Amino acid sequence: MDEKEIKRARIATRIANEFPDGALVNLGIGMPTIVANFLPKDKTILLQSENGFIGLGPKPEEKNEDKDLVNAGGKPVSIAPGGCFFDSSMSFSIIRGRHVDYTVLGALEVDEQGNLANYMIPGKMVPGMGGAMDLVVGAKTVIIAMEHLNKKGQCKILKKCTLPLTAKGEVDIIVTDMAFIRVTKKGLVLEEIAENTTVDEVIKNTEANLTVAGKLSRF
Amino acid sequence: MKPIKTPQEAAANIRDNSSIMIGGFMCCGHPFSVINAIIDSGVKNLTLITNDAGFPDVGIGKLVCQNRTKKLIVSHIGLNPVAGKKMNSKELEVELVPQGTLAERIRAKGAGLGGVLTPTGIGTEVENGKQKITVTEKDYLLETPIEADFAIIKANICDKYGNCFIAKSAKNFNLVMAMAAKTVIVEADKIVEPGELDPENVTVPGVFVNIIAPSKKEDQANNFWN
Repeated sequence: MDEKEIKRARIATRIANEFPDGALVNLGIGMPTIVANFLPKDKTILLQSENGFIGLGPKPEEKNEDKDLVNAGGKPVSIAPGGCFFDSSMSFSIIRGRHVDYTVLGALEVDEQGNLANYMIPGKMVPGMGGAMDLVVGAKTVIIAMEHLNKKGQCKILKKCTLPLTAKGEVDIIVTDMAFIRVTKKGLVLEEIAENTTVDEVIKNTEANLTVAGKLSRF
Repeated sequence: MKPIKTPQEAAANIRDNSSIMIGGFMCCGHPFSVINAIIDSGVKNLTLITNDAGFPDVGIGKLVCQNRTKKLIVSHIGLNPVAGKKMNSKELEVELVPQGTLAERIRAKGAGLGGVLTPTGIGTEVENGKQKITVTEKDYLLETPIEADFAIIKANICDKYGNCFIAKSAKNFNLVMAMAAKTVIVEADKIVEPGELDPENVTVPGVFVNIIAPSKKEDQANNFWN
């Protein structure tokens, strides 16, 4: 694995270990999708795919690919035992109605108030929000999975988001290659740091104010 | 019994400036044959209401890339870079709607509702210009119904009364769209006699359907993601 893959595996493993047995989870496109590869074998965790089913399974062998069974990115997947299909209205009733336990999404920016910006950079990248706005508002717990710094080495965890928001005050947990941070009413609490870093390093690379938890652990 | 037409005959109902809902999600559950017939018919200035702008060379993406579309009402256009370019150069108007809100606005029209109240979009640019309504101390946006002149949906099996079976994750927007348009065209891989489709397996009740068009063999292939 190269450095980037190691970082991503660390983030994905930590998030995968956050889910209790029986959790229903929606994984966003990109980095969050990798979490599926690290789910603990001793727990039953069902994945929701917002295009219309519960029980998202791995990519099948080519001979078993089915044009009617794809993920939210339009790629062929499989359905796990115990899964079920539904239409978009039902899918988003499940999402918006607080029946999804966790949603894991990437971010361009997150801030001290739990605000999230991840769907557009005005004038540059306007892909649209897809299901993200509904997922962030509806899921019981919102986890952000991202690298701590952007490609230019700039902070992504800010005092205040500068980009258009995906949702206001909905983020619960931020997991990066450096830190596990919980969003509380009193601001951001640094609860865990990665094996290869220090509290000072994390604080130096975070624009937002961080309160360091009394009992700090490593992941 | 509903009329059975070729994709070309079905598409001939569509005129310049029509609004069209098109079922499918990243080309899964997508009526490729009727879309190709619309392209061949030469109509333009269409308003498309659909989940996404697809990929540039396939299905709905072609209606965007070949300049047949003046407006898109969609939840995302991320995998069709041509749509993004046309939006930035103002050749194409794009209204971005959160996916769940898009489904409910369409369903609201089909269900005879005056709109829906959703918490999605509160505190974001999506709330601009919309009425905010507080119910039991929580804020919601009033999202209005969306209707269209046509809906084109895709079924695996359709009986001659228009009852549709749609498999697996191909259901997506096909059900709500069938409820919300003046004229509903079903593109079906297989057309059967009434009674041959188990009533337990009906995804879309035939009551919504106006025209049935058999899909072309080449559009039933298992490879739109390649």
